Parts: sequence; C-alpha cells; structure tokens
Amino acid sequence: MELTEFIIKTLTILVVFVLTLVIAMYSTWGERKVAGFIQDRMGPNRAGPGGLLQPLADAGKMFFKEDFIPALANKWLFISGPSLAMLTALLASAVIPFGSTFRYGGAEVVLQGVESNIGILYVFGVVALGVYGIMIGGWASNNKFSLLGAIRAASQNISYEVAMGLSLIAILMMSSSLSLGDIVAQQHGGNWNIFYQPLGFIIFLTCSFAECNRVPFDLPECETELVGGYHTEYGSMKLGFYLFAEYINMFVSSAIISVLYFGGYNYPGMDWVYNQLTAALGTTTGHNIATLIGTGVFFGKALFFIFFYMWVRWTLPRFRYDQLMNLGWKKLIPLAIFNIIITGACVLFLKPYITALLN
Amino acid sequence: MNPTLSFFYFLSFLTVLSALMVILSKNPIHSVLYLILTFFTLSGHYILLNAQFLAAVNIIVYAGAIMVLFLFVIMFLNVKDIHEEAKNSLTKIAAAIVGGTVFVILFGAYRKTIIAPADPNTFDSQVGMIESLGKLLFREYLLPFELASILLLVAMVGAVMLGKREIGERHF
Repeated sequence: MELTEFIIKTLTILVVFVLTLVIAMYSTWGERKVAGFIQDRMGPNRAGPGGLLQPLADAGKMFFKEDFIPALANKWLFISGPSLAMLTALLASAVIPFGSTFRYGGAEVVLQGVESNIGILYVFGVVALGVYGIMIGGWASNNKFSLLGAIRAASQNISYEVAMGLSLIAILMMSSSLSLGDIVAQQHGGNWNIFYQPLGFIIFLTCSFAECNRVPFDLPECETELVGGYHTEYGSMKLGFYLFAEYINMFVSSAIISVLYFGGYNYPGMDWVYNQLTAALGTTTGHNIATLIGTGVFFGKALFFIFFYMWVRWTLPRFRYDQLMNLGWKKLIPLAIFNIIITGACVLFLKPYITALLN
Repeated sequence: MNPTLSFFYFLSFLTVLSALMVILSKNPIHSVLYLILTFFTLSGHYILLNAQFLAAVNIIVYAGAIMVLFLFVIMFLNVKDIHEEAKNSLTKIAAAIVGGTVFVILFGAYRKTIIAPADPNTFDSQVGMIESLGKLLFREYLLPFELASILLLVAMVGAVMLGKREIGERHF
C-alpha cells in the first residue's frame, strides 16, 4: 500500500470514529430533550445554552465517581465486560459508506473506512458479537439479577439475529452483492429498497430494536423485575461505557437502516444538483460539494432513525418476556421466510416482465 | 521474512496458545472465552488465505451463535466451583498413555505428508471470494449442498419436536 493511501485511510477511519462518538454523545442529550418534549417538560437546560454541554457534564461526573468493583466479582471479566461492549459497538461503523467520493489533486477518496466485498456479513458478525459484553459483565458481577439480565440479553439477541439475517437475505437477493458500497450505489435514482422491501424493512427495524436492547425490547435491563439488569453492580465510567455503547449501537443501526433501505447518500434530484454544481464550480469543487450534500443527507436519515428510536422509547410500554419470544420465533421468522419467497418469485418472474414492458 | 509470513507465525502462536488455554484454565467460563479467541485467530488464518467469506461465516456462526449458547448453558448451570471427580492414578496413567499414543500417531502421519506446491502462475487469488464459492457450490456441488440443507432441516424439525411441550405437561 502506498504511504499516501495509508495516511488517507487512517484519516478516514479516525474521522468515522470521532463522528460516531460525537453523535452517540449528543444522542444522550437528544434522548433527554425528546423525552422532555414528549412528557411536556423542558429536559436538560442548565449546562450551556439549551443544555448543550450536558453530555460533557455527565462524562465528568462519571469519570470522577468512585470506581467500585464488588468483592466477589471476577475482577478481570468485570472490567472487560464494558470494554467489550464499547469495542463491538464501535467496530461496525468501519464499513458504512458515509458518502460517495472526494476528489483531491486528481485522486478519488471514498468516504468509507474499509470497502469490503463482504461488508454486510461483517456488520452481521459484529452485531452477533455485541452480546458478549453484556453476558460477560452480567456473569462477572456475581449477582443473580445481573446474571438473569445477561441470560435474557443472550437469548433475545440469538432469537432476533435469525429473523434479522433472513430479512437481509431478501436485500441480498435483489442487489446480488454483499458490499455496502454497491448496495447504496444500486439505489441511485429513487430505487430505494424500501419501495421493494417494505415487509423486510419492518422486520429489520424490529430486530434492530431488539439487538440494541431498546424499549420495547429492553428486557435485559428491565428495572421492574431485575433491579438494573446486567449493569446492576456497575458504577462510574464502566456503567457509562455500557450506556454509551447502547447509543453507539443505535447510531450504527440507524446508519445501516438508511444504507440498506433508504438509499444512503442518495436523494431525489441528486443528478440535477450534481450537474448544476459541476457546471458552476468545476469538476473538482462541484463534485466535492455534491458529495458533502450527499453525506449531509445520509446523516439526516441516520439522525431521523435515532429520533425514531427515542420516539418509540417514550411511546410504547415494555413487552413481556414470553411475548418477546413469541414475536421473534413465531411471527418474525415465518414472515421473513415468506418475504424471501416473495422476493425470489418477483426477481424471477415479475422483473423480466416489467423490464420488457418498460423497454 | 516478509510481513505476511511473520504475521502468520504470530497468528499461529496465538491460536495454539489460546487453544491450550481452553483445556488448561480451571474456570469453565474462561475456557469458553479462550475458545472464542481461538475462533477469531482461525478467522485471521482464513483471511490470510484470502477466504473472506469463510472468515465472516466462522465468526457469525461459531463465535456469534454457538459460543453464546455454550456460555449461556455454563452460566445457567453455574459450574463455578470445580468438582474434582474420582481421578485415581490409574485413570491418569491410562489417559496419559492414550493421549501420548494419539500424539505419536498424528505426528508420524503428518511428518510424511507432502503438501502439493502452489504454482504462482496458475493460482487464482479470487478462489476464496464469495462469488467463486457460490458458483462452485451451486454448479458442481449442488447435490451435496442440497443434501446438507435437508440434513439441517431434519435437525431443525427434531429440535422443535424435542422442545415442544407435551399435552398435560405443566407450565413453569
């Protein structure tokens, strides 16, 4: 690998990393503001204008609290639990395409950490690993409530991963590529997958709620039954890492949803904007500004889904555990298989017919 | 030594070390965690061999699902304190003899193995990619592939039958 290419890749990965962290940080602020709006109160408004410095204040508080480890806990695993949760949450953002390309001095830089031809499988693998942080932390606490929370998290993640994978297969059948960059590029010109896969989208969205342990599926930390769930024994920044990992997971899954179903950085009238900009500002500057607009659109979509997560959290009550399992195994998995069959039939029979009709 | 080779040696060392720790660690939870680490290093070997699909599937299926179930069961049973079963010296000696014999047999078998040398001119670096793997599976090996899927279906039906509640069995 050339040195310049190496430096560019390093910078891209750093930018992706920092962006993920900043967005997750301000999601905590956003969540409290949304909660305040829905419950008809102000939300945080003391630290900084509009409470904008609240995440920094929270982080400061978390860092300066006593770092407590229970006497009978397994010390190393107790520390590695939150670390693993953060690690697996941050890994997934590496393959997300945030925009098309930047032109700089004749070179094209792709706005994506790693372009991999198994991108979606990578994301799926990282999601599958996400449960280890919770399981290890919950077990190492040496507390029955923590253990129950950890076991709930494990069985919930395994159950919903199946339906999630099956709903992804329908997307892969349409795009015939596993690369996230290709999947986004194919949705150019209004061909967003949501129009072809509405059922798959609903299944995927439900499963991502369950994978992120968000309400209505936040049974691993159900405080009415399990005190605090898997993080009962945690305090200070270790608890902060668990909560922060949840927000990072939310951002990553929102980004994945907008990449897979809502066209990523594509937006209506994109070609017109691109032509106008390149005609007015030249092929380099115009191209870069068009890319920036696309990236802005991408983040707009992702932020909307983060808002959607919060909206649902403050609207719906929590499911009961047997309801959760019944929904996962008896409703979502058969629906996802049905969706695959319908997609296969449409790709085989309907698509040649429509293409012949249009030409 | 080129970087790939040194990376291979480092990865192999890590693989063997974590595999040994699986059987040497006293705590069953630690054993499972070392086994997960072993799967990761094996996936690293697959990536070195340019078999990315296999690496990803190895992580998803083994590290992501099966090991979670292992951990789940061990946590549920809570086998924290080790119950030393009746291990008298006779069983220890017998185990040592059997293990040593297997090691000698394997060593003797592998020592004489000749690995076919790869020809750099005809070697196709894309052979482990998902496209070529899919084409191979669905063209040349379609019948074994379908038979394997039927086997999995039978296993799935069996699991559902075992997990089904009998009539009259109490809910708990």
